[in-house]
Amino acid sequence: MVNMLVIVLFKFFPMTELRIMTEKMTLLFVSGTLDKLMAGSIIASGGVANGMDVDIFVSFWALMNFKKGQAMNGKFSYEGAEMEKQVMDIMKKKKVAPWIETLRSAKEIGNVKIYGCAMFADLMEIKKEELDPIVDDIIGVAEFVSLAKDSNMTLFI
Amino acid sequence: MENEIKPNKVVDARGSFCPGPLMEMIKAYKEAKVGDVISVYSTDSGTKKDAPAWINKSGNELIGIFDRTGYYEIMMKKVK
Repeated sequence: MVNMLVIVLFKFFPMTELRIMTEKMTLLFVSGTLDKLMAGSIIASGGVANGMDVDIFVSFWALMNFKKGQAMNGKFSYEGAEMEKQVMDIMKKKKVAPWIETLRSAKEIGNVKIYGCAMFADLMEIKKEELDPIVDDIIGVAEFVSLAKDSNMTLFI
Repeated sequence: MENEIKPNKVVDARGSFCPGPLMEMIKAYKEAKVGDVISVYSTDSGTKKDAPAWINKSGNELIGIFDRTGYYEIMMKKVK
């Protein structure tokens, strides 16, 4: 009986199997350097391509980069500092999509939720309206951990 | 044989890097109707592996990967 129901569901609702067993990925963005924000955004895209729901918790220097109009002012993390100019020039020449656009595109395709960290937002007096509309909400650490607890993988970028 | 199939939608993602072409393909897939054929033009090497894997995993049909001059074309059919 249950088998029948599942078969009927699969037949009439395409992609049902993806929805029935939706897997979840949680990402934690803390660093505000361009390389890490780019890597995280690409991994989020990989998540939605695999039919996963993606929750991203954004704090500290990463959150500063989610302020409206800030997304392009990226620096590289220290390992990449030496090559920063060279890689930036190549990325400009090859018209690599800005990381926030990669994230926006992932959001259009799948279920991606972006949460600002309440602690850092309070500390720096950052209001939700000052953040790019890509940010869904500002939540506390307990809520983030509860999302991470129920997800299949959590990555600290 | 391949030339006989006319795609309903062509996504030109040449010059776009991973995951760009795959994301554009999925976007086109979501907008397409069952039975539609989607072609993606790409120059990105990661997509050449990623896109067929996605097509198979999502239960759709990979019609083929064709090498063109300076790029390649991935053709898929939306089965569900």
